[in-house]
Amino acid sequence: MNPTLLLWIPLLPLIAAVLAGLFGKLIGRTGAAAVTIAGVAASCVLACNVMKQLLIDGVPTFNGAVYQWLVSDGIDMQIGFLIDRLTALMMVVVTFVSLCVHVYTMGYMHDDPGYQRFFSYISLFTFSMLMLVMSNNFLQLFFGWEAVGVVSYLLIGFWYTRPSAIFANMKAFLVNRVGDFGFLLGIAGVLYFTGSLDYATAFKAAPQLAGETLTLFNGHAWPALTVICICLFIGAMGKSAQVPLHVWLPDSMEGPTPISALIHAATMVTAGIFMVARMSPLFEYSDVALSFVLVIGATTALFMGFLGVINNDIKRVVAYSTLSQLGYMTVALGASAYSVAIFHLMTHAFFKALLFLAAGAVIVAMHHEQDMRKMGGLRKRMPVTYWTSLIGALALIGTPFFSGFYSKDALIEAVHASQRPGAGYAYFCVLAGVFFTALYTFRMIFMTFHGKSRLDHHAEEHFHDVHWDMKGPLVALAIPSLLIGYLAIAPLLFGDFFGNAIIVLEKNNVVAEIGHEFHGPVSFAVHALSTPPFWLALAGVVAAWLFVLKRPDLAALAQMRFNWLYRLLVNKYFFDWFNENVIARASRMLGNALWKGGDRYAFWMIVGLVLLLGWFLLGL
Amino acid sequence: MQGTGLLSLLIWLPIVGGVLTMALGDGRAVAARWVALATSVATFIASIPLYTGFNTATASFQFIEKLPWIRQFNAEYYLGVDGISLPLILLTTFMTMPVVIAAWTVIEKRPAQYFAAFLMLEGLMIGVFAALDSLLFYFFWEAMLIPMFLIIGVWGGPRRVYATLKFFLYTFLGSVFMLVALIYMYLKAGEYSIAGFQALPLSLLEQRWIFLAFLAAFAVKVPMWPVHTWLPDAHVEAPTGGSVILAAIMLKMGGYGLLRFSLPMTPDASRELDWLVIGLSLIAVIYIGFVALAQTDMKKLIAYSSIAHMGFVTLGAFVAFDIQANTGNLAGAALGLNGAIVQMVSHGLISGALFLCIGVMYDRLHSREISDYGGVINVMPKFAALMVLFALANAGLPGTSGFVGEFLVILSAFKASFWYAALAATTLILGAAYTLWLVKRVIFGPVGNAHVAEMKDLNGREMLVLGVLAVAVLLLGVWPAPLINVMESSVQHLLQQMVISKIPVG
Repeated sequence: MNPTLLLWIPLLPLIAAVLAGLFGKLIGRTGAAAVTIAGVAASCVLACNVMKQLLIDGVPTFNGAVYQWLVSDGIDMQIGFLIDRLTALMMVVVTFVSLCVHVYTMGYMHDDPGYQRFFSYISLFTFSMLMLVMSNNFLQLFFGWEAVGVVSYLLIGFWYTRPSAIFANMKAFLVNRVGDFGFLLGIAGVLYFTGSLDYATAFKAAPQLAGETLTLFNGHAWPALTVICICLFIGAMGKSAQVPLHVWLPDSMEGPTPISALIHAATMVTAGIFMVARMSPLFEYSDVALSFVLVIGATTALFMGFLGVINNDIKRVVAYSTLSQLGYMTVALGASAYSVAIFHLMTHAFFKALLFLAAGAVIVAMHHEQDMRKMGGLRKRMPVTYWTSLIGALALIGTPFFSGFYSKDALIEAVHASQRPGAGYAYFCVLAGVFFTALYTFRMIFMTFHGKSRLDHHAEEHFHDVHWDMKGPLVALAIPSLLIGYLAIAPLLFGDFFGNAIIVLEKNNVVAEIGHEFHGPVSFAVHALSTPPFWLALAGVVAAWLFVLKRPDLAALAQMRFNWLYRLLVNKYFFDWFNENVIARASRMLGNALWKGGDRYAFWMIVGLVLLLGWFLLGL
Repeated sequence: MQGTGLLSLLIWLPIVGGVLTMALGDGRAVAARWVALATSVATFIASIPLYTGFNTATASFQFIEKLPWIRQFNAEYYLGVDGISLPLILLTTFMTMPVVIAAWTVIEKRPAQYFAAFLMLEGLMIGVFAALDSLLFYFFWEAMLIPMFLIIGVWGGPRRVYATLKFFLYTFLGSVFMLVALIYMYLKAGEYSIAGFQALPLSLLEQRWIFLAFLAAFAVKVPMWPVHTWLPDAHVEAPTGGSVILAAIMLKMGGYGLLRFSLPMTPDASRELDWLVIGLSLIAVIYIGFVALAQTDMKKLIAYSSIAHMGFVTLGAFVAFDIQANTGNLAGAALGLNGAIVQMVSHGLISGALFLCIGVMYDRLHSREISDYGGVINVMPKFAALMVLFALANAGLPGTSGFVGEFLVILSAFKASFWYAALAATTLILGAAYTLWLVKRVIFGPVGNAHVAEMKDLNGREMLVLGVLAVAVLLLGVWPAPLINVMESSVQHLLQQMVISKIPVG
């Protein structure tokens, strides 16, 4: 593969970002949009070309350096690319969704004074995300990891005069930093045990590492890989918003909707999933770490799904859905079904980006109203948005033949087949989650598009359907949301698509196990009609219909009868309350106490230190 | 390698320029400031051959100059650089330029003397890093206090007398211990050369006392907890330029001293007492991180942040012994030492830039209180972009220089102990917390008050200063290899000195 060509893929969006960011005034609004869209479109074409080379031309995996970051103590730290099919898949997904979002932005941000700045940020994001997925070493992975975090920070706080936005972006960054704390320790652990930050070297050393231990507490030795993998996964918990580090994602909806689709649904938040899949050669050797992954993922999948059911803000419903779906992907990782996780990541990227952009279209049409209680009956007034949303929704709940069906059903099957401790709990969670997914998804569809119009005077007066610059991307995303599962399941899961990019030990290989039952995508779908997930999803849709359209009074009644539960859910299990009133407050108080108290008595501390040293020296 | 007088030029050019500036007098301020600018730029340009002509393959001193100085004491005018001092000298010549430019029209009181003080300070600081004779080192070390004392004392804020006295007493008292240690070693060795002291066999008892005497001097300068309290006071009272130089260069003297004196001269005591330095380093990172969170004054916040960042320097410098104890070899120890030096350079750029940013705001609003600001981005978008960049760099964002040193030190610390790394890595959270909270309160949000609404965005001069620093911060973060390559041989050599016992046999 041509290294120069590879280099251009991330570089084009970077150049476009610099142009739009630094020379935004000079090139104007149209110029900024044109240059960034051209950049990401070119990089999308190149990414597809890379995929074609790997898939059709049979070009071998590329693993090479771009330049030397530094070399010290014999440790060569490089910036470099590893381009295998896992990377190529991510590159295509990232650039394609990014392209759709770029085009959509022209319409969505049309009246915003920060137009150029916005384009600059999303192109910069595309660059960072590409560097992350294309990396061949832990250092660059961390670079990309933090870079996407910063762009996310800038974009959540894009409307910087809103107090809620600048609170949300700081919160997002800090919670992610808690994850990065673990991530960095994991990376340091990799260097400690393998002597290298390169994937290839580290992965090769993994089987030998399985016997190594690390003493954390006196006399208590931990398997090295368990420590490393849990540390790395803590990083993934931050970025991919797993309980309890999920708290930043719902608040990130303060940012403009296009980035909710691009960053907080389709790409950045899936970086953690990608990372664990990429590290499968390490994780495979630690059942403890994978059980941990499984339980965290399952908890996120079910309990975040509940929160979608009671929310009335259209974007937040989709956000909680994203949390829940990320939990699903994490469960797949924990069950050693890495390829299924990536498969679900891909289908989810398309249908969730679609749902977010559709929600954004509704919000624009409603003149920046996000409360679903003030919507209703939009089906006739925004037909394209309605039908594409419906495709997205059907994909999300796992309707047979839709993309989400294939990935989610395979995922549930894989968890069912897993023997790992925690798999039983996870199976229950993902199964129950199917019902709630269908419930909140169709509650949203029904409240927004069906029933009587509940638009207030203001929204009614300003209502206008969106233009094709916003509808076009919806259609472009609806196509893969519909078809990609049907097309991709056989090669991706059972056709050795990933080759050596994903390593699964024989004893853990649940995907191969479900592969025995697989006889093509059609029979897979037909078979599903007689399995619990299908009926649970159907029940969810019916329940949504009942509560929203048929008997709205029942919903109110349930809310009253189960008020304690409702309070628990409305307060999001009190995570935010705890973080703000306990952790943040305690930190500020501690800081004050150490400052006012500690520095005042610094003199006595010096005296104490001198006495301590004197005692030490004389004692020897 | 025999020098060409380049180091002498770097030391004396700014001092002569300073004298010239002062001679022009405050009446001819325009001429004085142009002379000052020309001198600082010339000094920087003159320092470039130091880098380009530096042989990275050897750990021995280069650009050596050696002349008899005080014959009675066998003290010499002995200069030279290696991979440890070279980056710091370049940092000094580089950072003096923004200080001069930033003060351009801002300083109205005795401008010529102000510029003169900084130029002389520059020469003396280069002298500290270039001296290979301990007495010469000590001379520069103490002489340097005078201009800084004046800068804070003359151009400082309302409590400047208190701050200068505290600054002076702390650093001076610490230095006295160092002088005693130097004299003791002179009496044993019969010379003052640093290399001689490094080769001088010393019993463990001697080493302990010498180590602690050095630590007293260097810990105050770094500053390490609990002898750090002079720094926030000095920063708050110092004029912008004073804060920049204080944070960017003078704090580095402590780290440099530990690398040049403590570790190679008293390796056995360093090994024995490394728990002390490591403990204080980790306290600096965590304790001071929390203290920074509580600050309401921007300068104090950055001052505390500096102490926390310096914790990485001292941690990286002393972690080698525990690596050897834990793993049985020294692999990864050089990462810590390299990280310590990179952290010094990077902190010089970032903290300097942040103090300049605060200076920019102070010039407009005459307040350092965080609560007096809010929504600065609305009126100063260019400034806000740069300030956010430096803030992120301060929080150790990869791609900026702030990441490199911390990353290397954490990698290295993990080899010594998982817990060292874990405690040090809390800076990821704490550093981001205090820095981004500052940004949130000052930069973002709706326009805070009528005074903020009247703030004007950066002028060309300010843009130039901050822009150049931004480029440096990014460049070093994206490609630190040119810096590390310079240091590697010297760091490996230092590591060898550290692990070979100096206790006389028998």
